[in-house]
Amino acid sequence: MSPRVGVVLFPGSNCEQDVVEAIESLGGEAGVIWHGATELGDVDAIVLPGGFAYGDYLRPGAIARFSPVMGPVADFARAGGPVIGICNGFQVLTEAGLLPGALQKNAGLKFLCRSVTVRVESTRSALTNQAEVGQKLTIPINHFEGNYTCDERTIAELRDDDRILFTYVDNPNGSTSSIAGICNAARNVVGLMPHPERACHPLLGGTDGAIVLRSLLAAAGARSGI
Amino acid sequence: MWQSDRMIFSVLVEVQLRPGVADPQGSTIERSLPALGFGGVVGVRVGKAMRFTLDSADAAAAQAEVAEMCDRFLTNPVIEDAVITVTEAAGV
Repeated sequence: MSPRVGVVLFPGSNCEQDVVEAIESLGGEAGVIWHGATELGDVDAIVLPGGFAYGDYLRPGAIARFSPVMGPVADFARAGGPVIGICNGFQVLTEAGLLPGALQKNAGLKFLCRSVTVRVESTRSALTNQAEVGQKLTIPINHFEGNYTCDERTIAELRDDDRILFTYVDNPNGSTSSIAGICNAARNVVGLMPHPERACHPLLGGTDGAIVLRSLLAAAGARSGI
Repeated sequence: MWQSDRMIFSVLVEVQLRPGVADPQGSTIERSLPALGFGGVVGVRVGKAMRFTLDSADAAAAQAEVAEMCDRFLTNPVIEDAVITVTEAAGV
């Protein structure tokens, strides 16, 4: 049996099918969960995909965090289940308080849509366990609000606890400490701005994202005892 | 004279980035103004304003309710805070 990944669809998400396709191409099972669902069903991991949930009204993720599905997602996360937020999903996780900090408008006010190189800073997480520290991955970004911001105490905590997972080699958006991805204290909730699902096939220009999503499948499989 | 125990308040919520939080919009505007011949502008900060009416028992209750809205929804306390102005609009 393959690990089962539930991909949440908010009104305005637009990367859910890409994530499903990528997960299935890597041997996992994936299905879309409507944001109005009040239970997650039988899943081993959850992905909040990219897009513009609720049109990014008020702030990205500000309304999505109150979707009915977010209660069960938070319970799943507290129980140790892998929960990954990609791009807009990362913004939802910070608004929901499942990850610290916030994602501000990019320094320079440009919407950025291009491949970037990120460095793996820690392999102790649901999304980096198949990578190596120092490994450089080329993965696309596609965002206007990816400028990771937090207070001094939070950044010190993230550093001390080895919770910065990815940094940009060439900081494109002004993120504090060049942060591209972080995890929670229990290391099962991860947010990242780059889109690994868009770098899982040579036809898409690269396969470095597969290393990231294979880590998720490994974490999901370990959890379900597969 | 009959008096309702409810009142209508006009509410203005001005959301701003916390001091010290970088403001990419503000700095872009600040850099653009000299090109149009407006010199001497410093410290541009961009925020947003929300206006609504609120039915509440009294001004203190209205203020408290809006403060909670800001805390839970209207602002992201990690990077933003709000100035709340509550004014009595009319009796119910």
